[in-house]
Amino acid sequence: MALMRVTSPHAHGPLSTSKVMQTVLLATLPGVVALTWFFGFGSLVNIAVACVTALAMEALALRLRKRPVAFYLRDCSALVTATLLAIALPPYSPWWLLVVGTSFSIIVAKQLYGGLGYNPFNPAMVGYVVLLISFPVEMTTWAAPRGINGSGVPGLLEALRHCFTPGAIDAVTMATPLDLMKQNTGLLEQTLRAENPQFGRWAGVGWEWVNLGFLAGGAWMLYRRIFTWHAPVAMLAGLTLMATLFYDGGSSASTGSPLFHLLSGGTMFGAFFIITDPVSSAVSNRGRLIFGAAIGVLIFLIRSFGNYPDAVAFAVLIMNFAAPLIDHYTQPGTYGHGKARSS
Amino acid sequence: MRKIWDFHGGVHPPENKHQSLGKPIQPVAIPPELTLPLNQHIGAPAEPVVAVGDAVLKGQMIARPLGLVSVPVHAPTSGTVIAIEDRQVAHPSGLSTTCIVIATDGEDRWIEHAGVEDFTALGREELLARIRGAGIAGMGGAGFPTAVKLGVDPDQTTIKTLIINGTECEPYITADDILMRERAAEIIAGVEILQHLLRPEETLLGLEDNKPESIAAMREASAGKNMEVVVFPTKYPSGGEKQLIEILTGKQVPSGGLPADIGIVCQNMGTSLAIGRAILQGEPLISRVTTVTGKAVAEPQNFEVLLGTPMRFLLQRAGFTPGEQQRLVMGGPMMGFTVPDPDVPVVKTTNCVLAPTVEELPPPPPAQPCIRCGLCAEACPATLLPQQLYWFARGSEFEKLESHNLFDCIECGACSYACPSNIPLVQYYRAAKAEITQLRRDQAKAEHSKVRFEARQDRLQREAEEKEAQRAARKKAAEERARKAAETGATDEDPIQAAIARAQAKKAGAATGSGGAKQPAAQTQRPAVAQMDPAQLAIERARAARAGAGDQSPEDKARANLERLRQRLQKSEAKLAESREAGADTAVIEALEGAIEKLRPKLEEAEQALAELTTETEG
Amino acid sequence: MYELIGQYPFLAAVLALVSLGAAFGALLGYASERFKPEGNSIVEEINAILPQTQCGQCGYPGCRPYAEAIADGEAINRCPPGGETGIAQLASLLDVEPIPLDEEHGAEAETRMVAFIHEEDCIGCTKCIQACPVDAILGAAKQMHTVISSECTGCDLCVEPCPVDCIEMLGEETSLSTWHWDMPRQNVDLIASDRDAA
Repeated sequence: MALMRVTSPHAHGPLSTSKVMQTVLLATLPGVVALTWFFGFGSLVNIAVACVTALAMEALALRLRKRPVAFYLRDCSALVTATLLAIALPPYSPWWLLVVGTSFSIIVAKQLYGGLGYNPFNPAMVGYVVLLISFPVEMTTWAAPRGINGSGVPGLLEALRHCFTPGAIDAVTMATPLDLMKQNTGLLEQTLRAENPQFGRWAGVGWEWVNLGFLAGGAWMLYRRIFTWHAPVAMLAGLTLMATLFYDGGSSASTGSPLFHLLSGGTMFGAFFIITDPVSSAVSNRGRLIFGAAIGVLIFLIRSFGNYPDAVAFAVLIMNFAAPLIDHYTQPGTYGHGKARSS
Repeated sequence: MRKIWDFHGGVHPPENKHQSLGKPIQPVAIPPELTLPLNQHIGAPAEPVVAVGDAVLKGQMIARPLGLVSVPVHAPTSGTVIAIEDRQVAHPSGLSTTCIVIATDGEDRWIEHAGVEDFTALGREELLARIRGAGIAGMGGAGFPTAVKLGVDPDQTTIKTLIINGTECEPYITADDILMRERAAEIIAGVEILQHLLRPEETLLGLEDNKPESIAAMREASAGKNMEVVVFPTKYPSGGEKQLIEILTGKQVPSGGLPADIGIVCQNMGTSLAIGRAILQGEPLISRVTTVTGKAVAEPQNFEVLLGTPMRFLLQRAGFTPGEQQRLVMGGPMMGFTVPDPDVPVVKTTNCVLAPTVEELPPPPPAQPCIRCGLCAEACPATLLPQQLYWFARGSEFEKLESHNLFDCIECGACSYACPSNIPLVQYYRAAKAEITQLRRDQAKAEHSKVRFEARQDRLQREAEEKEAQRAARKKAAEERARKAAETGATDEDPIQAAIARAQAKKAGAATGSGGAKQPAAQTQRPAVAQMDPAQLAIERARAARAGAGDQSPEDKARANLERLRQRLQKSEAKLAESREAGADTAVIEALEGAIEKLRPKLEEAEQALAELTTETEG
Repeated sequence: MYELIGQYPFLAAVLALVSLGAAFGALLGYASERFKPEGNSIVEEINAILPQTQCGQCGYPGCRPYAEAIADGEAINRCPPGGETGIAQLASLLDVEPIPLDEEHGAEAETRMVAFIHEEDCIGCTKCIQACPVDAILGAAKQMHTVISSECTGCDLCVEPCPVDCIEMLGEETSLSTWHWDMPRQNVDLIASDRDAA
């Protein structure tokens, strides 16, 4: 009788990498729905174009690297990268912007480093920053949200036209609340809010709900134990703390209220979908607390005192650099080694 | 209510315990042949005390312990020893080891044995000797000799807590569970012996909350005794000794240390029962309760089985139908290992034989890349960083592995279980541990070799120096003699007398020098060894020659002298050639050359003397 | 002076650079003297990594001479008994790139080898005893010799001198106590296959 000889354990848990990735994709749903509702079909078109590009690029890179293509495509990590990048990009981005960004993310930031698991930086954020630096105009034009000045939002066909024949139609664009807050030089916050319809109840029209949508998705992933609470909570805490410390009640030099920061731009998206990328973050729970908190602080600093209105991408990349260092100093104390932490 | 602590990490695999709990413990018939490996425990293998052909009785010792960390082996039933040879055993390697094979006679005749009425009357040493003599080794799976573990002297080390481990956290296994349900009283009797031995302040019987029947049975059996049943939530691996200690006491066993270092001794339920039997009934460990389970058997249940019974025999009893990609696991699905063949015997540590179908425990899918998700670190009960260890193991970064405490890994398999990428983490750690152990051994050996090499170099140098010094001394002495001879012009000095004197001096020197360390070494390396007997022989020869020379003409004398010298020269030259050919030590060759150089002028002298004599007689 | 510098900013830059260079140069010079490493410690460290088989396969009469040669710039890949592990350790000690073993000096053995004397053939010539670098062979002239296997480094040096070819190098057998799991086969692993492709 031929018996199998394998090493223990013989049982295996229910989780698999592909399942984790699929869960992440699913969890973006509430946020994406909110984006689509408030800003139209642009983000959906973004996602579709980016996903197709990502799969093609991943397959190409795997082929060139002589890897089993189907095996690696099945892990869905390329789709996650593409989706996250597409969500971060402004809706109604031209197709070439999406292709360039996604290709850079997949080929340079991921496959050139050795593929899934080996990339030191978050691929989506690398792609985002490359685009932001190379094409600042396209990257900082954001569509106007639904309901401002009684306007609607573009439908699917219009979104496709925007994407594939750029310049054919003038999209209705508007400065985001974060832009306004940054560029404000002389107005009291209250006046600023009153003069600009983009501001909503707490932060910006639409943005509030988009952020809440991503928060909901993140909460679901926490419930599913896809990641631990440490990094997101630390990041939100760091951001809140800084915003509170610097909040002066709404003068003309105001950096915005803590709630404004929490529900603006990519805060929630970053907290639950970007910094929780395990590959490029710190490893231990203590490490993730530090990692997240530092990102939160950096986001506030860059938003308020830097050159770019939103800062999630830069903050994440900076802390990606620091992750190995954090890991080095936050090794957990092994059982039986007392209080002494080994260095 | 006693405070319960938690330990870091852990996982919750499906328990799958109910399948094998449907029936009470079933005895298994005596198989026709029993195979008893000599090392069913950790430590030195036992040494056979029977020969092939010997008849043995049930309970008779057939192999005695070799060394302190070792236990004997007993015949599980009566029969005849038919072989002592290498057989395949339950080990993941599939290697063979020495086993005693007994053909059973079916009579099951006991050797004479008796228990003690009152174990408290026995001394500590006596009790330990009996436990050791009964061949008891940890029955939870590790197989560490129990007497060694109990060897802590309560007079020197205070044992605060005695823990009896009834956790059985591995899925599928129910051997301890059913033992506690059916034989709680026997277990408690064993625990009382342990209490007497160790004199602990408290005795805790630790059980997971998934065994309500056992909890009730143990509570009832231990009622009114100085022991407490402690129940804690089910989580794998809470039955690991270190984890259980943390759960029950909140203390951690220091890395590299023993539970006894923090005043704790841990024993398994099955082991306690075996101790009770050994002392109270005088029965050695010859059978155990083993769970046979998995979907590949029709009737999963627990068996009371004789040690040495082939697993195949046991599996047949349970209705085993092997399927595709069949594996047989000894132990549970988390830490058990696959056995190479169903004919391997049940041993003291076989708590479970698991025969899963391929759907039940599918073969591991190919590993995907590590995404550093950290689930392994969350699952690790030793608070290690499994993924870091994995990277280091793959890169053979042994120093990093050690600084990340690889050796604190208990190989529980929680990390591999949790890993979404199906990476066989535990296998990496096992291999890395073995490589590091090997490396340490190699390093120790290299260090040892270096010391030996350097010692040899030193010795060779010292010898060369001594030789040089002796040569210098001899040269000086020769010069001195030559000078003296020239001064006194003592041509009439009797050479034989001088030779005798020299030989005697040497003899005396050798006698006094033999006590010294340097002298003999210097002597052995000298080529023309001036040993006692040759010296005396030379003297004898010289005497005889002299006696003979009395009635010889001076011419004959000279001729004989010449002849002798020629012979010596020839001999020396032959020796030199031989040495050169053999590539002997340069010192040897030099010495021989020196000797020849000295002989040549003597020979010439003798030739001249003879020539002179001849001319004289002729003229 | 100040005015001069003020007039010629170029001069200021040159002056600043020169003085900085001088200051740091002095500091470095002092540090190199002050924290000079112990004379031969590097040789000792290299020697500690070498396997001490004293087999001479590297072309040097023993491990220490090779250690000294490495310290003087000899290649680090000439030690077959040390193998890839040894080379990796040397490379990390000397902060150079690990290079593959130079096969000219022999291949890395799979298992540890031990010399074994077929005692019935031994004529007691003592030649192997003289060849053994670690005194691991026991015997006397015209008496049968034997290898103390725990002391044997597996260097091979005794095999050649034996006039009757009664010495054989045997590999250590794996037993239950020495067996262990191998590293998992990395079937679809990125880094491993990167190596294969290279």
